Amino acid sequence: MSTAVAARFDVARVRADFPVLARAVRNGKPLVYLDNAATAQKPRSVIEATRRFYAEDYASVHRGVHFLSERATVAYEAARARAARFLGAASPSEIVFVRGTTEAINLVAASYLRPRLQPGDEVLLTTMEHHSNIVPWQLVCEEKGAKVRVLPIDRAGVLQLDQLPGLLTDRTRMVGVAHISNSLGTINPVREIVEAAHARGIPVAVDGAQAAPHVSVDVRELGCDFYACSGHKMFGPTGIGLLYGRAELLDAMPPYQGGGSMIANVTFEKTRFADAPARFEAGTPDIAGAIGLGAAIDYLGALPWDAVEAHEADLLSYATARLREIPGVAIVGEAPAAQKACVISFTMDGVHPHDLGTVVDQEGIAVRTGHHCTQPVMDFFGIPATTRASFAFYNTREDADALARAVRKARELFG
Amino acid sequence: MADLTDLYQQVIIEHNRSPRNFKHLPDANRHAHGDNPLCGDKIDLFVKVEGDVIADVGFQGKGCAISQASASLMTGAVKGMPVAEAERLFQAFHAMVTGDPTRPADTSGLGKLAAFAGVKQFPARVKCANLAWHTLHAALTNGATATTE
Repeated sequence: MSTAVAARFDVARVRADFPVLARAVRNGKPLVYLDNAATAQKPRSVIEATRRFYAEDYASVHRGVHFLSERATVAYEAARARAARFLGAASPSEIVFVRGTTEAINLVAASYLRPRLQPGDEVLLTTMEHHSNIVPWQLVCEEKGAKVRVLPIDRAGVLQLDQLPGLLTDRTRMVGVAHISNSLGTINPVREIVEAAHARGIPVAVDGAQAAPHVSVDVRELGCDFYACSGHKMFGPTGIGLLYGRAELLDAMPPYQGGGSMIANVTFEKTRFADAPARFEAGTPDIAGAIGLGAAIDYLGALPWDAVEAHEADLLSYATARLREIPGVAIVGEAPAAQKACVISFTMDGVHPHDLGTVVDQEGIAVRTGHHCTQPVMDFFGIPATTRASFAFYNTREDADALARAVRKARELFG
Repeated sequence: MADLTDLYQQVIIEHNRSPRNFKHLPDANRHAHGDNPLCGDKIDLFVKVEGDVIADVGFQGKGCAISQASASLMTGAVKGMPVAEAERLFQAFHAMVTGDPTRPADTSGLGKLAAFAGVKQFPARVKCANLAWHTLHAALTNGATATTE
C-alpha cells in the first residue's frame, strides 16, 4: 500500500471522535486499545444519539398513536433502513434486529434449519469458526441426528478451498462461514464459497461480526442467504445486532420467539404471525440500541473507506513487522496481507499469553488473551491460547510501537 | 499502586521456570484435575495420603506462570503436612489472595507462599493462583474435578 493514501487519513481527527481514547488507564498510562475484535469503542455521535433518544424521544415502538411513540417508531425504522443500505440488502424488511451475531445465528439455526433438517443431513462449517458459529448448529444437529462437517484450514490459517467440493454433498443443508476470522484475521472468499454451495442448492449463512467494522459488505454481491453482525463491534451499542436474510427465506420461516409485536392476530385457538422482520422481533426491542447502531452506521458511512482500508493495511504490516522482531514471537494466522484483517494473534516462547496480557495491561494496553472462543483453531495449532492485538481505524503506528515495547518487557521479565 | 514485580516476584518466576514436584505419583491414592477455563490453565494433582498426613504430592499441568508457580510452591508447602493443616493453609492462602487490595496482606504462617500476596491487586489473576489449591482441596475431599471458573 502507498504511504500517500495512508497520509490522507487523518487519524488524530478520528481519534478525537472517541472520548475514551483520551483517557488514562492503568498506572496513569494513556489507553492503547487493541481489543477491537472483542468490542469496539464508541464515537461521540453514537453516545449522543442514544442519550438524545432517551432524553427527548423515548417511547415504545409500533404501539401507541401518541407523539413520542411515532417519533420512536420512525427513528427505529430509519435505523433499519440504514442497516439495509449498509449491508446492501434489497429492502429494510430483510433486516431483523437481534441482540448480536450469536442470536442471529441461533435464529437461523432454529427457524430456518431445524424444520428442514433430517437424520443424516449435514451442516458444513470451517475450522476457524467462532464458537457462536459452531454451537447453535451443533445443538440443532444433535436434536435431529444430523452432523457437523468441517472445511479445514492450512498452517497459514487459510481455508483449504480445494476440499470444498468434496464436502458439499447431497446431504449438506447449510454452510456456515466467517467472513473474517476473529482469532486469525483471515478474510475468507465468501463469494466463491457461496457460488460453490449455491451450485448444489445449499444456502450459506455468513458470520460477519468481524467484517462489518473493517470491510464494506454487500450481501447481494456476496450472494449469501444470511449475514449476521453485532452492533458493538461496529462502534455501536451492545445488545443490538443485525440479521440479514433473503426475503423469500425470511418470509417462509416460522417465528424464533413468541410474544408481543410479532403477531398479526392472536386468539387462544390460533395466532397469525406478522410478516418478516416483525415476526422475528418478539417483545419490546432494544430501541435505543437500534438507534445508536443507526448512528454508528452513519459514522462509518462518512469515513473515507479507501483511506481507512489503506490505513488498516499499513497498521497490519507495521505491527506484524514490529512483533516479528521480538525473539520468541510467532504469529498465528499468516494469510497473505490482502486476505488478512488487522488482527494479529501471536505466541511467545516461554511466556504464557495470560502473563503477557497482564504485563502489557500494566502499560495501558488492552489486548485479549485466551482461545478467543475458537478452541478448534487453538487445537489445530496445538496451543492453549494466543495473545491477540486487534486494531481499528483509530489505532496508530504508535499503538503498535507501544505494544512491541510492552512485549519486549515481558520478554525481559520472563527471560 | 500495583506494580508488576508485586505480582511476578522472583520466586514465582523461578518456580514457573523450574517447577518442583512436577511429577506423576504412581502410588498416589488421591487425584484431582483442575481447570481454569478463563485462561486455559490445567493441572493434575496426585496426592499420597498416609494416615492423616500428605506423605507425597506431585502435579502436572500447563498454564500461566502464576498457576504453575502456585502449584509448585503449594506442593512444597504441604508435603509432609497433616491433611487438616493443609486445609487450613488453603483457607489462609485463599484469604490472602482475595483480601482487600488496599490493605496490607496477612501473610502470617504462609512462609514462601507470601510471594503471592501481590495477586490480590490483580483481580483477573486470583483464579490462576487459587487453581492448585482448589484442586488439592478437591483431591483431599475425594472430588474429581476442580474449576476456578
